[in-house]
Amino acid sequence: MDQLLFGDNQFFGINHMSEEKARSQAMRFQDTSAIMEVLDAAYDEGIRTFMCTTHDRIAEVCDVVRANPKRYAGFQFYPCMPYAHKYANAVTDHGMMGALTHFMPEGGMLKTVLRSGAALATKDADGIARVLIDAEMKMFKGLKTPIIFMQNVFVDLLLGMGFTKAFRTFHDHVIDQYGAEPGFITMNLPMLAEALEKEGIKNPIICSNINKLGFRMCGGADAYREVLNSGKVRAIAMSVYASGAIPADEAIAWIAELGGVEAIVFGASSRGNIKNTCELVTTHMGKK
Amino acid sequence: MSEKIRIAVVGLGKMGLSHFALVNAHPNTDTLACDATGFLVNVLSKNLPDTKIYTKYEDLLEQGNLDAVVIATPSRLHAPMVRAALEKGIHVFCEKPFCLDWQEAEELAALAEEKGLINQVGYHYRYVGTFQRMKEILDSGALGRVTHVLAEAYGPVILKPKRQSWRSQKSEGGGCLYDYAAHPLNLLNWAFGTPTHVAGSVLNSIFSTETDDEVFSTLSFPDGPTAHLTVNWSDESHRKMTTKLSLIGTNGRINVDRQECQLYLREPVDALPDARKGWNVQYTTELTEDPWFYLRGEEYSAQIDDFVKAVRDGKSEAAQNNFRSAAMTDKSISMIINDAAREDAPAATAPQSTNTARKRGWFNRARG
Repeated sequence: MDQLLFGDNQFFGINHMSEEKARSQAMRFQDTSAIMEVLDAAYDEGIRTFMCTTHDRIAEVCDVVRANPKRYAGFQFYPCMPYAHKYANAVTDHGMMGALTHFMPEGGMLKTVLRSGAALATKDADGIARVLIDAEMKMFKGLKTPIIFMQNVFVDLLLGMGFTKAFRTFHDHVIDQYGAEPGFITMNLPMLAEALEKEGIKNPIICSNINKLGFRMCGGADAYREVLNSGKVRAIAMSVYASGAIPADEAIAWIAELGGVEAIVFGASSRGNIKNTCELVTTHMGKK
Repeated sequence: MSEKIRIAVVGLGKMGLSHFALVNAHPNTDTLACDATGFLVNVLSKNLPDTKIYTKYEDLLEQGNLDAVVIATPSRLHAPMVRAALEKGIHVFCEKPFCLDWQEAEELAALAEEKGLINQVGYHYRYVGTFQRMKEILDSGALGRVTHVLAEAYGPVILKPKRQSWRSQKSEGGGCLYDYAAHPLNLLNWAFGTPTHVAGSVLNSIFSTETDDEVFSTLSFPDGPTAHLTVNWSDESHRKMTTKLSLIGTNGRINVDRQECQLYLREPVDALPDARKGWNVQYTTELTEDPWFYLRGEEYSAQIDDFVKAVRDGKSEAAQNNFRSAAMTDKSISMIINDAAREDAPAATAPQSTNTARKRGWFNRARG
């Protein structure tokens, strides 16, 4: 895993500090070429991994990368699924069952069975989950996806419900079908680490908020420290700047000192900021 | 009361599943569930061996040995389900909007108070750090006399004509007014009480055939401001629901949404020693405490935490959003409905009582 991963929140109008800023970013990045400009800058600064949601717009990024294999020779994706809004909207539009049917491939056996309604009770939830994962992965066909993540809204919903078997299903399918490593994004690192251990998932890759402010580090900074120091998880830190609330230098220095963090995922919209983060990581964490 | 309370989440739809996850993850709960959807109950029963899931509400109430219940069914079912729980002496957290008939909301508030039961409604914006800050500023008097408020909500719920769920049926408690406008209205109620007068109300359909997609109204508050309510849930330019209030007073202004609280003060005031003349901006990141478990926003966790702890500790009432306060919002909604009807048809009558569900089992009433 690279030490520095590039995230995609900034491209889709997600900003935890300001709706105004989120909107202006959404305007700036409405053409895929604007996203590619920033990704090109990141690539030229030496970043090779793009950790992204399975947003429809990412499919366009995938097309560009596929069409220019020389330009993006070492480029790889860490897909994060499902893109929750897509499903939430579908549930509003079609109801819970309708939404499931909606995402099943046309003509597939499961779609037929789901549509039949009466036979629903016999449905195999595992089978449905696998089909949904495959549907999300379609846009990455032919591209490198060495780690595939389950998104935090989904991880934390399942975690809260105690539906931890689904983590095992996801884990096994990602390995079997894609030869990739499974990862999990969460706002509740200590609780998730424990649940994954109980499911027999060893040394999992977990991405969570880790920042000096303690912003959205549920379970508390001490519990986070304990998990990070245990060596039982491969941790990726996100929100290290807490949406800009922590000065960059201070934020990275703190992560480096904390220990147990294997990689940082960050978002930036300008070459200057990308360069700055790259340099800070080299300074504080050393190049791998 | 013992360290853990027995609590059931009823209705496992979008809000219900999220409530179930939050309640189940809470350290002070033994959690049960209840839903009538065969497939969902089947999948969950198979995969959550520690959770007893009922398919009939009456069985849950009879056999569940419950301390508390979270009701997250379609809005029209709230009132009868809440009443049944209260009559059994069970503490109740109910999703918003509370009741479609505001008089029934008041009755249920009285019943809960009489029985000494914790009663709370899921108006989660009162748990958002920035809106809490807005309330503090207002209570401090720093804004001076507030003369006008613009209360807005936008989001991408109904973006095309065809839909088929209870949310698209006015009679089930669906529609932009009940679902979206209820939130900014509830914040107005929190700040200024029940409106004395409502005028110029518009309930307009854009894509929906059976309910409203945009809501506009002008509300006057006792000894308070006039507020403009502007809400539209057919707005794709917003990634998700956005609620914001802009308040103008004689000593300044507040612009507040989920992310930030911007305060402008013409003159500093003693009651707010940290705020200076001019702009003062605070962000959710600094105004929010991490909950024990995070799912979709700190506010959802915090309201469940408050409810569970109030029940566990045998408190006399919920910390926020009791039935009385939610009834105020139900009443405001009803005033807007009446006013909008008056604009279009002068002879229009008040909204009908909705308490006419057929006896076909609790959940089937939603489709009755």
